[in-house]
Amino acid sequence: MQLGKKAGLELCDLPLRNIFGEALLALAEENPKVVVLDGDLGNSTKAEHVRKAYPDRFFNIGIAESNLVGVGAGLAGAGFYPFIVSFSSFLLCNAYDQIRLAVAMSDINATIVGSHGGITLGKDGPTQMGIEDLALTGGLPTFTIIVPGDPASMHAAVKAAPGIQGPVFIRSSRIPMPYIYPMDDCPFEVGKANIVREGADLTIIGTGMMVSAGLDAAAMLAEQGIEARVLDLHTIRPLDVGAIAASARETGAIVCAEEHLLQGGMGSNVARIVAESHPVPMRFVGLKDVYVESGDPWDLLKKYNLTAEDIAAAGEEVLSQKRE
Amino acid sequence: MQTSPLLDHEGLVEKAKQLRLDILEMTTKAGSGHPSSSWSSTEIVTALYFGGVLRYRPDQPWWPDRDRFIMSKGHAAPLLYAALAHAGYFDRDQLMTLREAGSPVQGHPIQGMMPGVEATTGSLGQGLSLGLGHLLGARLAGKDYHVYVLLGDGECEAGQIWEAAMAAAHYQAGKLIGILDYNKFQETGPISREIALEPLAEKWRSFGWKVHEVNGHDLKEILPALKLARQLEATRQPQMIIAHTIKGKGVSFVEEDFTFHGKALNAEQAQQAREELNATR
Repeated sequence: MQLGKKAGLELCDLPLRNIFGEALLALAEENPKVVVLDGDLGNSTKAEHVRKAYPDRFFNIGIAESNLVGVGAGLAGAGFYPFIVSFSSFLLCNAYDQIRLAVAMSDINATIVGSHGGITLGKDGPTQMGIEDLALTGGLPTFTIIVPGDPASMHAAVKAAPGIQGPVFIRSSRIPMPYIYPMDDCPFEVGKANIVREGADLTIIGTGMMVSAGLDAAAMLAEQGIEARVLDLHTIRPLDVGAIAASARETGAIVCAEEHLLQGGMGSNVARIVAESHPVPMRFVGLKDVYVESGDPWDLLKKYNLTAEDIAAAGEEVLSQKRE
Repeated sequence: MQTSPLLDHEGLVEKAKQLRLDILEMTTKAGSGHPSSSWSSTEIVTALYFGGVLRYRPDQPWWPDRDRFIMSKGHAAPLLYAALAHAGYFDRDQLMTLREAGSPVQGHPIQGMMPGVEATTGSLGQGLSLGLGHLLGARLAGKDYHVYVLLGDGECEAGQIWEAAMAAAHYQAGKLIGILDYNKFQETGPISREIALEPLAEKWRSFGWKVHEVNGHDLKEILPALKLARQLEATRQPQMIIAHTIKGKGVSFVEEDFTFHGKALNAEQAQQAREELNATR
């Protein structure tokens, strides 16, 4: 199984975390106010790119996420723009209250990068998996929440972050993702969902890797004469209410797909908008109240029904409800 | 370089009395708050703002070169607000809106909501990390400001304090000065009975800090310790001033009675407190 293959997308030869590292380095080169705070995982998250190039602007605070977040927030108070980088699970679960007070409630300009989001870090198992990060950041009112689904949008998200008023969460990932957008011409705008495939029968709304999986699913549905619109919902907050409502109105059925718990994830946010604006049948592809075990990422995606086939099946199901 | 308005010893004693009275009036009017925790830190904060320790500009609250003061024990917010008002950051009338809906004078400090409020605190244990961040930023920006963090004793039970203590020593944060209000009580009882901290000074020393111990109500001890700590920056060792204090200091029936934690005084108690505080000199 290869993400984006059925849709004819070219897979990036580097994992998304490496693209994040490159993007962060490019930003640090351009913006001397950018500082990077690491929870001793810089070689895994690839924040270490900045350590090599700008050691004075890179702080390893060690295996102490609470302090990591606090020191980062203090650096913002000193006039710098912190990128606080670690595994999504460790940052949000260990330091949630520090993020709540010092970052969210203080409404500082800073970016938290949650690497190894979702289950596709695979073999390290559920202790390291960030399957609740979107729900947790969703509980922090001032945060902008971004889940890039391809190399170009990761670059664009990192570049855009310091220009966003208030705190930002960016999810990064251990697996390679296909190119959805041209590297030199990414239509990325914070809070604006992108239609990456047009179709009139239903809309697949994906975030992160599920955008490519959604495009694969759309290619499979097309073989049966079903045309799906695919929406890249890279920003979970602020939600693109207009694009979601328009998709509900124009296609009459929606499948949401995310590499996250269904509870509190992207889909539940979208459902609220759909319910309020233009109720249509919906289906949700994501993790159903479960901790996932260690394993090869592709085996896990298959076992927990997070593949293009699962999205396509949900599409057929939601269409039958639409036609009733 | 501008320093805080300099008061002599008598002036500082009088200022501490005024702050205590304001804390009383604010929390009594609000009907809630933490007067006893504010009173135990009153001389410490008086020395910082009015003894020529902190460099600040009330008309430019976010002056980039200001010394930082972070009230890590956020429940002492009434003291912070009173000190900021007396220092000229905002009008003293605003103090009486403490804890009212729509007022920026929040129950616990929220960063930037009032001029001079440097950090959001109230969930305990977080201030020292913030202070270290400000200091690393100063170093990177080539600024020479100092960072002062006022810690409660109870919050030293939090792991984050020791994470920050370890990191501050590692980063040789000589301009980071902690003041620990050691009033020996936490919300539910004496610290020695609940979760003992001793040997506290040894703990800080073993984490690489230079420790000073003072009577936290004697301005003739606090002020020199604060000034000495500032002079020792060249040692590149973070400094901790352990201030031995009395919870509820200044009001006889509140002193060392932990059941007053987080409680405002009723009208009758407030009247007695007012008389006692006014009688001090």
